[in-house]
Amino acid sequence: MSETQAALKYKSPAAFDIERIRADFPILKLTVNDKPLVYLDNAASSQMPQQVIDRLVSYQTTQHANINRAVHYLSEVATSEFEEARRKVQHFINANEEREVIFTSGTTDAINLVMHGYGRKFIGAGDEIILTTLEHHSNIVPWQMLAEEKGAKIRVVPINDAGELLIEEYEKLFNERTKFVGVMHVSNALGTINPIKEMIAFAHARGVPVLVDGAQAAPHMKVDVKDLDCDFYAFSGHKLCGPTGIGVLYGRASLLENMQPFKGGGDMILSVTFEKTIYNTIPHKFEAGTPPIVAAIGLGAAIDYLSEIGMDAIAAYELTLLKHATEQINAMPGVRVLGTAEHKAAVMSFAVDGVHPHDIGTLLNQEGIAVRTGHHCAQPIMQRLHVPATSRASFAFYNSMDEVDALIAGIRTVQKIFT
Amino acid sequence: MANYNSLYQEVILDHNKKPRNFGAIEHPSHHAVGHNPLCGDHISVDVILGDERIDKIAFQGEACAICKASASMMTTAVKGKTRAEAETLIQEFLAMATGKLSHDACPNIGRLAVFAGVSDLPTRVKCAILPWHTLSGAFNAVETTSTEAEDDPMHAPIGDA
Repeated sequence: MSETQAALKYKSPAAFDIERIRADFPILKLTVNDKPLVYLDNAASSQMPQQVIDRLVSYQTTQHANINRAVHYLSEVATSEFEEARRKVQHFINANEEREVIFTSGTTDAINLVMHGYGRKFIGAGDEIILTTLEHHSNIVPWQMLAEEKGAKIRVVPINDAGELLIEEYEKLFNERTKFVGVMHVSNALGTINPIKEMIAFAHARGVPVLVDGAQAAPHMKVDVKDLDCDFYAFSGHKLCGPTGIGVLYGRASLLENMQPFKGGGDMILSVTFEKTIYNTIPHKFEAGTPPIVAAIGLGAAIDYLSEIGMDAIAAYELTLLKHATEQINAMPGVRVLGTAEHKAAVMSFAVDGVHPHDIGTLLNQEGIAVRTGHHCAQPIMQRLHVPATSRASFAFYNSMDEVDALIAGIRTVQKIFT
Repeated sequence: MANYNSLYQEVILDHNKKPRNFGAIEHPSHHAVGHNPLCGDHISVDVILGDERIDKIAFQGEACAICKASASMMTTAVKGKTRAEAETLIQEFLAMATGKLSHDACPNIGRLAVFAGVSDLPTRVKCAILPWHTLSGAFNAVETTSTEAEDDPMHAPIGDA
C-alpha cells in the first residue's frame, strides 16, 4: 500500500485539487483490514463531504420543525429551507420551474410515481412500453406490474457486445401502439452513456413521452433537462453525495398536472370532505405526508458542493480515472472489461478468468478495496453477456489515481491466490 | 475482524479448482437444485441412497470458490454415510457456518472446519451453506430450494435486490 500512497505520479486536470477534495470526506481516512480504505462502490452509494454532514447537523440543531403547516417560527424556517433545496435542484438540472421538481424517496420511488401517476391513467390494453436491455430492475419491474395490470406489452431495445443500445432497433420498435419509453441515461452495470437526447427526439416526433432514469448520470455529468427535452428525469440523493431517503422526479409541468396522485394523505390535498377531495397543485400533489426534510436540505447542500467544483470538471476528471483503469486492465492477461461502449461514465465492470466475482470482492476487501460484485440489479444484461455476475469498480471525483493503482494491484493479488 | 486468510486456504482453493464428484448422476434417488438469489449462483445435488448408506453423490453448477469447495468437500464427507449421519453433519455445518457453534463443538466436522471463518463474513455465509441446504432439500424431496427459503438458517435477505 505504501508505495501506491507514496508518489503522486499523476497530474490531475488543471484546477482539480484532488488532495483538497479528499480532505473534505472524513470517511476516506478510514482503514479497513489495516489498509487505507479504497472506496470504489460509488455507483451503489457515494460518500458525504463534511460540508453536507455539517448542514444536516445545523438544520437539525437550529431549524427543524414540520413544513407547510404551522405559523410558528421554526415551521417557517424549515419550509423555506426545504423549498430552497427544491430551487437548488431546479437550477442543478436546469428545469423551467421549481414546481416541476418533486421530492421522492429515491429513483425507484420516482419511477413508481410515474408508473402509477402517468402509466395507470394513460397506458391501456394492447399499448406498448419501450424499455432497454440495460435497464436497472427499478425501471423494469414497475412497468411489468403495469403491463400485467393493464394488458400492455413491453418491448425491449437490444444491445451490442460493447453494451451499446442498437438505435436502429429502437426506432423499429415504434408503432401506433407505442405509448411510453423508459431508458436509463448511464448504465449502472456497464457505464454506457446512452444517446438519450436523440432517442427522446425520435420518440417525441411520434408523440411518445420519455422517462429517463438518471440515477447514474446525475453524479457524473451536467444534466440539463431542458436541453434533453425529456418528460421525466429521476435520480437519487445518496449517489450524489447527499443522504439516503431522498430522490428527485423532474416532470414536465403539463404532464404532471394531468397525472393522478401516487400516494394519498396530508399535504397533497387542498380540501377534504367525505364527499369530495380536491388535490393540491404540483409538486405538492405528489408529496403526501411529511417528506424527508433534513434529507432534502442535505441534498441541496450536496448540490452546492458539487456545483462549486463544477459537474464538467468532475466529468473530465473521472474520465481520466476510467481511462487509466481501463488501460491497465486491458494490459493484464486474464482480465477483461465488460462494457466497452465508446461513450462511458466512470463505471467499470470486469471479469477475472477462473475467479468468481464474489471471491474477487472478498479478497479485494481484504486489501481495503470496496467494489461491488453481483448482478447489479440488472440481470438482463448479465444474461445478454452470458455471465452470472461481474465485479464493478465505480469511481467518484474524490478517488485518486493511486486508488486505481491499488485496485489493479489488488486484482493481481487475487490472480496470484487463484493460480 | 474477518479471518480471510483462513478461508481462502489451500484446501478450499484445491477443491474449487478440482471439484470432487462433479457432475450429474443418472436416475438419482434424491435430487434438488439450490439457488442463491443474492448472486445468481446455483448448484444441483444428485444422490443415490441405498438401503443403508449414500452410495453415490454428485453436484454441479455455477458458483464461487467458497460454494464450490463446500459442495465438493460435502460430497466426499457424506459419501458412504447413512442418511441420519449425513443429516447430523448438515446440522453441524449449518451451525458452524452461521456462528451458532464453534467448530470444536461439532464432533463430526473434521476437515470441514476450514469453513469456520465464513461465519465472520455475513455476505458469504450463504455461499458456504448452499450445498448443504440443497442436500437437505434432496433428502426431503424439496426439488428446488434457495438460501432465501423459509427453512434456511440464514433466512433474512442481505440487500441486493
